[in-house]
Amino acid sequence: MGALLRGAWAIAVKDIAIEWRTKTAFASGLVFAVLVLAVLFFSRDPTAVSSQDIAPGALWVTFTFAAMLGLNRAFLLEREMHGLDGILLTPVPRSAIFWGKFAANLVFVGTIEAISVPLFVLFYDVPIWLRFPEVVLVIAMATIAFVAVGTLLSAMVVRTRYAELMLPLLLLPFLVPPLVGGVQLTARLLEGRPLSDLGGWLKLIGAFDIAFVTLSALLFQVVLEE
Amino acid sequence: MTLRDSAARLGRIGAGITVLAFLGLAAVYVRALVYTPVEANQGAAQKIFYVHVPAAWSALIAISVTGLLSILYLWLKDRRIDLAAAASAEVGVAFATIMLTTGPIWGKPIWGTWWTWDARLTSTLFLFLLFVGYLVLRGVLVDPTVRANLSAVIGVLGMILVPFIHLTVYMFRTLHPAPIVLKPSAPSLPGVMLVTLMSSLGVFTLLYIGFMMQRYALGLLREAREEEMANAS
Repeated sequence: MGALLRGAWAIAVKDIAIEWRTKTAFASGLVFAVLVLAVLFFSRDPTAVSSQDIAPGALWVTFTFAAMLGLNRAFLLEREMHGLDGILLTPVPRSAIFWGKFAANLVFVGTIEAISVPLFVLFYDVPIWLRFPEVVLVIAMATIAFVAVGTLLSAMVVRTRYAELMLPLLLLPFLVPPLVGGVQLTARLLEGRPLSDLGGWLKLIGAFDIAFVTLSALLFQVVLEE
Repeated sequence: MTLRDSAARLGRIGAGITVLAFLGLAAVYVRALVYTPVEANQGAAQKIFYVHVPAAWSALIAISVTGLLSILYLWLKDRRIDLAAAASAEVGVAFATIMLTTGPIWGKPIWGTWWTWDARLTSTLFLFLLFVGYLVLRGVLVDPTVRANLSAVIGVLGMILVPFIHLTVYMFRTLHPAPIVLKPSAPSLPGVMLVTLMSSLGVFTLLYIGFMMQRYALGLLREAREEEMANAS
């Protein structure tokens, strides 16, 4: 257990340090998120549909696209100079690689989300602070789902020549349950609906998190095999 | 007998079953159109039921087989299991295409809309897209072992994903007709129609088996050929 945690920590720190020094993926992910938020604002008839009506959808579509952009980075980073071979040669358990990448991706996607939310409030004029802790909980739960499957799939598609193309194709179907749940929950929270209205969707995302975090961690071993 | 011969024989048996299934399909069409009464509420449009439901059935079998073979592959690591899973996925995508095209043709006169985001429609659409993704992924992976490993991962993940998508859309809203055959109480379909449906289901299952055997044999032959080429060079 100690070796697993230390290995995972080392890999996560390495990934975050690389990102901290270059900030390439972070800057592009953030600009991309702002662009999507801005473009979606105009995807309606302003005389018929208010911006608040499409706000939850806009927020979650933004998160989905931004996460996808960030998740591609996790293993593309290792492809240059055969970084993955180097990691595989180090004496850490294989599952440490998954958990390390998972943690680094959570930090990466979480940071982009944390910066997007205030911009979202600014652009769409929604009273998010009324139910802020619940909104954060929903975002955290859905992000865990995005990142777990995304970490596994990005390790897979990096084996092909078309990683950037393959990741959205394979990943988007898996993002449907957390994405729909996120939109529904956010919409209810913004309308000030009671907690009892949230239970079903929260359970769905919770079950999805448990199932797919476990599966992704288990199947990751297979993905690394030569 | 070499691998090549047995694969070729398997392909021939598959072709035989397919021919038989096509004859059966012709008979089912005649029965459905001439000898089965027209449904009182839906009229002629209901006839598509005898193709749509069996196609959906075969697609479901095909994709479940891919999922189960993916698990089996991860356990036994036999490349032939991977080839069979891929064969089943490809045949499943073909049946799913029939299901997804006949559905809207029926939906327009009966529901008044080509498409609706109902639980079953949505989950089968995503299943279809996921398995197209599975086949595309196989296409871009060169190393056979890596290809087998990664496609098995998608096969397993996909099988777990489908119930989640179904539940998601069910919680969103639903419109698809409720089951009339596979339900706790007795089937509410009149006997004549039930016989037509059941024969069609049988024929489509046979079609699946025939297609699947041929596609698997093709996979084996292709692999044998690749090995020969690798040994020659």
